[in-house]
Amino acid sequence: MSNVDTTLLADVLKRATARGATAADGFLIEEQSFSASVRLGQVDTVAHSREQRLALRVFSGRASAAASTSDLSRESLERVVDEATALARVTAEDPHAGLPDPAELIDRVPELELEDHEGPEPTPEQKIELARRAEAAALAADPRITNSEGAEYFDRRARYAYATSHGFARGYSTSSFGLTVSPVAAKDGEMQRDVWYTYARRRRALDDPESVGRTAAARALRRLGARKVKTTEVPVIFDPDTAASLLRSVAGAASGPSLYRRASFLLERLGTRVGAPAVTIVDDGLLPGALGSRPFDGEGLATRRTVLVGEGKLESYLLDTYSARKLGLKSTHHASRDGAGVSVGTTNLMLLPGTTPPEELIGSVKSGLYVTELIGFGVNGVTGDYSRGAAGLWIEDGRLAFPVEEVTVAGNLLEMFDRIEGIGNDLVLRDRVSAPTLKIARMVVAGD
Amino acid sequence: MTENLARQRPESFFSDRFNVTPGLMERLLGSNLAGRVDDADIYLEYRVNEELVLEENVVKRASRHVSQGAGVRAQSGTRTGYAHTDDLAVHNLEEAARQARAIADRAGQSGVVAVPGRGRPHDLYALAEPPIVTQLTRKLELLRSIDAACRAADPRVTQVIVSLTSEEVVMLIATASGWTVGDVRPLTRLNVTAIAEEGGRREIGSFGGGGRVPFDFYLEAERWKRFATEAARQATLKLRAVDAPAGAMTVVLGPGWPGILLHEAIGHGLEGDFNRKGVSAFAGRVGQKVASELVTVVDDGTIANRRGSLNVDDEGTPTGRNVLIENGMLVGYMQDRLNARLMGAAPTGNGRRESYAHPPLPRMTNTFMLAGQDDPRDILRSVKHGLYAVNFGGGQVDITSGKFVFSASEAYLIENGEVTKPVKGATLIGNGPDALTRVSRVGHDLALDEGVGTCGKDGQSVPVGVGLPTIRIDEMTVGGTAVGK
Repeated sequence: MSNVDTTLLADVLKRATARGATAADGFLIEEQSFSASVRLGQVDTVAHSREQRLALRVFSGRASAAASTSDLSRESLERVVDEATALARVTAEDPHAGLPDPAELIDRVPELELEDHEGPEPTPEQKIELARRAEAAALAADPRITNSEGAEYFDRRARYAYATSHGFARGYSTSSFGLTVSPVAAKDGEMQRDVWYTYARRRRALDDPESVGRTAAARALRRLGARKVKTTEVPVIFDPDTAASLLRSVAGAASGPSLYRRASFLLERLGTRVGAPAVTIVDDGLLPGALGSRPFDGEGLATRRTVLVGEGKLESYLLDTYSARKLGLKSTHHASRDGAGVSVGTTNLMLLPGTTPPEELIGSVKSGLYVTELIGFGVNGVTGDYSRGAAGLWIEDGRLAFPVEEVTVAGNLLEMFDRIEGIGNDLVLRDRVSAPTLKIARMVVAGD
Repeated sequence: MTENLARQRPESFFSDRFNVTPGLMERLLGSNLAGRVDDADIYLEYRVNEELVLEENVVKRASRHVSQGAGVRAQSGTRTGYAHTDDLAVHNLEEAARQARAIADRAGQSGVVAVPGRGRPHDLYALAEPPIVTQLTRKLELLRSIDAACRAADPRVTQVIVSLTSEEVVMLIATASGWTVGDVRPLTRLNVTAIAEEGGRREIGSFGGGGRVPFDFYLEAERWKRFATEAARQATLKLRAVDAPAGAMTVVLGPGWPGILLHEAIGHGLEGDFNRKGVSAFAGRVGQKVASELVTVVDDGTIANRRGSLNVDDEGTPTGRNVLIENGMLVGYMQDRLNARLMGAAPTGNGRRESYAHPPLPRMTNTFMLAGQDDPRDILRSVKHGLYAVNFGGGQVDITSGKFVFSASEAYLIENGEVTKPVKGATLIGNGPDALTRVSRVGHDLALDEGVGTCGKDGQSVPVGVGLPTIRIDEMTVGGTAVGK
């Protein structure tokens, strides 16, 4: 899928200007995907898909409108252009609206190793076999693994193209692969499920199916016998996956649209301390072969490495062109075109590792909670108030003592980042957002 | 400029516009799929969505999205082959049918025949003027009025964001058993968000509603004004909220949207797929007591104009009013065709999908608890110390362990039977199979929500509704930060 054809986009933008748009840009995504799930050794669902989507933004002076379509026939594209230009006439003027300065657009698209070129393409049977092996390893790991929600393999190849009415056009291609397993452990009428996964840009970079299955099984097994604990205030350690979710909340509050709407706990905090001095959070879109990497953002601006929080200090927001102009700042090249309009999105967001092994962080806690799963939406992005359902393991005298469930962990994100007193050395980029194990000095754990 | 899709019949819509005739669908199902599978269907969809957003006093974001496509499914035993394409050209549909069928060829025959989900479709939301065709000028004027009303409601309101989405979906499904049925589904939602600031404190309040209703729904009894003032009230109320309590206590839930409790605590756990696979905490518990005798819960997809309602589900089965829990006893699951067939049950009209790009799953429609006898004021008076929660954000559940959460966005302390201080948002957590056994009072004030719910499962979002009368739950864990108060 390597060749990115931008002529379709160019034609659409030409029509937009012919219809009276003063400027326009478009983002085209074409993708093909395959997935196969296996449950208890049997094939469950095999899915093939082919999708395309064109997102268009038109400006009528300082007013703008967006449109998108999955129908790329000439007739449909003409209708979309006409509707978008008509919509732009009814929206209000906005002095900050507009395309990025053409001089700032990316020139040479760097090779970031985002596409797997290794052949030959495995057959559907070979792909199904990967899911089967992963699930089989989970089921074989322990007699208490009695059931399964299944294992799934997927692959996806996509092409992206961006063009503006000023004549700019660039594109790139990506691939991604993944394998997830979700076994169920049971004992004395209690059931516990957990999940483990591997994602990569190249098929060969996936973890081997057996290790994914065994890890998933171990995670489900260690939850058996879980109980509530008494309500208390204790140190809380977030494992790497749950710690990553804290970063997502910080990124949401640091994003331009949250800021200009005054709906962020990081408002007016640029240059101030927002976390413990050991905390450095980086968004790096240029890591070769990484899942979140991309050569340019949704407005054609070259991707970079942005230090969001440096040694505890908020150094940058995450901005697209519009929100940057609103805030009197420059775009940080974080425009995202996943929907039809333009939003802000991170690339590879990570909290940089410390030097302490996670076992030592656990070892430093006399009585506290090690969190391995969070559920619910109890994060207030305006105040940073935080209250979510949690499951994990209770720490007693520096050791993981017994599994815990049906409790909440609560605090405030700014206080939580301020109270980070231990950062693990275990950062692994397993997904687009990643973190090492984090120890927070104290939070309220609510239970009985 | 805007087409009125609602005036068209789905069959002629797809044959006129895309040349996908019932004859072609029959041929794809007949020659490509029949005889070697237990069930097969082709789902066609055309969707138009419009979004208008007002912020900083003006509407400066407007967008319109069109999507279309077909999903072809073949099933054999527990196996499903699914292929979708957004290009409705004949050769693409044939390719999709070939890909979907490949699964069945590998599987062999299970010998179980599909239960066709036939019956008379409903007519729950035929609108003279669907919201997608209403003139933009009227919509823009409404957004501006809401902005002004929200700001006028309280001087501490510093930001107002109003969004109005209007959508229309035309769907047509043909099954291997020769049953073809279509539907045209209007949907609209209005949402008002207010940011209030005072003395360095900043808070957010949100309120909205909608349904399968015309644009004029928002004008009835000045509903729009109520949404605007509610958003302002919630934001300003929170400015003086104290820390929420932490720990187990008595919880009283107000009527309406707090019905999200049912959706999370029991609804997902009663979806057929999880029970067929034996991975739900409710698996194998039909006929057992899972709630207090005061509790009867239904899932009803047949209420006119509701956000969660459908004339037929996304597999063509007419929706129904399905009792899930009757006087505390678990009586039924929600089924799509696949899981109904494998469990030897009847489809219940709960097979839903986000779009043509997704295979159907058993999903909820409008899920609510029937009214009881108690006066809501008496319920509050019966509590010495507890939490009164009247508005919520989202919720989530771990199907297998049964643990669920839902997050209160407007809640108060109850002290000696009186509702006192507002508290900050807090997550409530419980265990599905026993949370409802602790329901000790049920009010006579059943209300359905305003029409804002969206439910996510396996990466698929669908619109849903919930409802609840005022209820008292004798013990539930509240995830605040105030310990020992």
